Amino acid sequence: MAVASAEKTAPPIRKSRGNFFTLQHWWGVLWVLPSLIAVMVFVYGFIGWTARVSVSAWKGLLADYTYVGFQNFTDLASDQRFAIDVQNTAIFTVVFVLGCLGIGLGLAILLDKGIRAEGFYRSLFLFPMAISFIVTGVVWRWLMNPARGDRLSGLNLVFDKLGLDFLVNSWHGTPTWGIAAVAIPAVWQMSGYTMALYLAGLRAVPESLREAARVDGASELQVYRKVVMPLIRPVTLSAIIILGHISLKVFDLIIAMAGKQVALDVPAIYMWTTTFDGFFFGRGAAIGIVLLLSVAVLVIPYLWYTLRQESDT
Amino acid sequence: MTTLAAPGSRRAWVYIPLTMMALFYLVPLYVMLNTGFKSFDEVSLSTMWNLPSGFAFDNFRAAWEALRPNLWNSVKIVVPAATISSVLGSINGFVLAKWKFKGANIVFPVLLFGMFIPYQAVLIPLVTFMSKIGLAGGTWGLVLVHVIYGIPITALIFRNYFATIPETLIEAAKIDGAGIFGTFTRIMLPLAIPSFVVVYIWQFTSAWNDFLFAVVLTNTENWPVTVALNNLAGSQIIAWNVQMAASFLAAVPTLLIYVFLGRYFLSGMMSGALKE
Repeated sequence: MAVASAEKTAPPIRKSRGNFFTLQHWWGVLWVLPSLIAVMVFVYGFIGWTARVSVSAWKGLLADYTYVGFQNFTDLASDQRFAIDVQNTAIFTVVFVLGCLGIGLGLAILLDKGIRAEGFYRSLFLFPMAISFIVTGVVWRWLMNPARGDRLSGLNLVFDKLGLDFLVNSWHGTPTWGIAAVAIPAVWQMSGYTMALYLAGLRAVPESLREAARVDGASELQVYRKVVMPLIRPVTLSAIIILGHISLKVFDLIIAMAGKQVALDVPAIYMWTTTFDGFFFGRGAAIGIVLLLSVAVLVIPYLWYTLRQESDT
Repeated sequence: MTTLAAPGSRRAWVYIPLTMMALFYLVPLYVMLNTGFKSFDEVSLSTMWNLPSGFAFDNFRAAWEALRPNLWNSVKIVVPAATISSVLGSINGFVLAKWKFKGANIVFPVLLFGMFIPYQAVLIPLVTFMSKIGLAGGTWGLVLVHVIYGIPITALIFRNYFATIPETLIEAAKIDGAGIFGTFTRIMLPLAIPSFVVVYIWQFTSAWNDFLFAVVLTNTENWPVTVALNNLAGSQIIAWNVQMAASFLAAVPTLLIYVFLGRYFLSGMMSGALKE
């Protein structure tokens, strides 16, 4: 509005506005150009490059780029280790995402009750996010000591003393479910973040809506189930996508906790070992592309939806 | 409002689960410090929960000796990376928010997707490319990588911030004869200081905590603290008490940022969720 009225009453400004959108317009583009080029090369260019490697028999040390078509991908499909990876990622994702959502929502609801020392608890639940996955992994490895599945180590000792025998476990020493134990530190690290997302969502629900439901005779539980939950469903969706994409990329936490054990392998680790230890660059690139596609399926619709919503408002 | 106004006793139970969860979050920190202060003889699996008999600083000294060069490497990587990122981010964010050039609506999502890609999908070309241009092995290559892969998030944070600055301010600057450069440096930058803090913290933290890029792009002598810690912990010779002390040293810088600048830290995190 301001622009339109200014143009009508003061003609000289139109002139400067004209300059703004010709010369200055290119100035603007010029400013972002270096970053844009960097991203085009380092993100999209490199993805293309990886795609090219993924259809080759490149072995890293030798410059043999023989085109093999989708051989690397079909090999992966029948690869025993990759099958373990896919299963591990699925288990990890379920434990990690559900753990974070459950704990995050639970904590957010508790903190939303207008309690004393809310800020203290909030900060406490969030601090693990500041720490690197490597540190988290090293510390939890000590807590879940892998060398001994007995009652005398770390968490097991606590559970034994408390009489919670059914929780005593050899943790990530267990094949198949070992990966679920690795997801526990990940929940420790990211559930506070999920809580923060939910808390922001809960705070955005107008108190008047809850009040109205209570006046209508709804119990606290009903208020949550019928009024609050539907309104914070978008938060849950965002959280699932953000956590899901973290889970697909998980790498350093597992390295720090368990090294490169095949039983606890995930695609990100397999990609690393097959490429930089085994020099099967073609196969490594194929794993990279598979990871990229699985993340893209999750993230692109989300980005599209969020940005469209943003431009609507 | 009824819940808020209710007497304390009615919601006293809330503190029970909260305290239990607080313990869950504190356990690793307790074990880290508790073990870190124990002497070598005291460290055993069966007594890992017991308090140390005294404060043995030897572990911290040993950890410091082992990690000192790597902590310094981390600083050499993280400070320039965060600084350059902030400057670039402010420019990109400003242009994306206020200079709606043709195609800006395409450029932004294209840029943003870079934030979410699994880096395994670019790792092979990255390593090949960095060795070709002679930036593999040292710390500057890692700085460059953190700056480039940080472009999406830093642009997003600044863009969201600049979008809240009223258009009329720019109009006023225009009328006063300021060009894009003048508007940016004299009006926008001073206003954007909170965003600088957020971006700096975000980039500092993610570069400090990075492992994947560091492990493929630096040689032993230039390892940042994460890679060195992982190797320290991986070697069975290093006692647990030294490992715990070392973990603590590696975590301290970002923990301090969190304690003292928590608000800014959190807004960086929330920007990662694409919601402001």
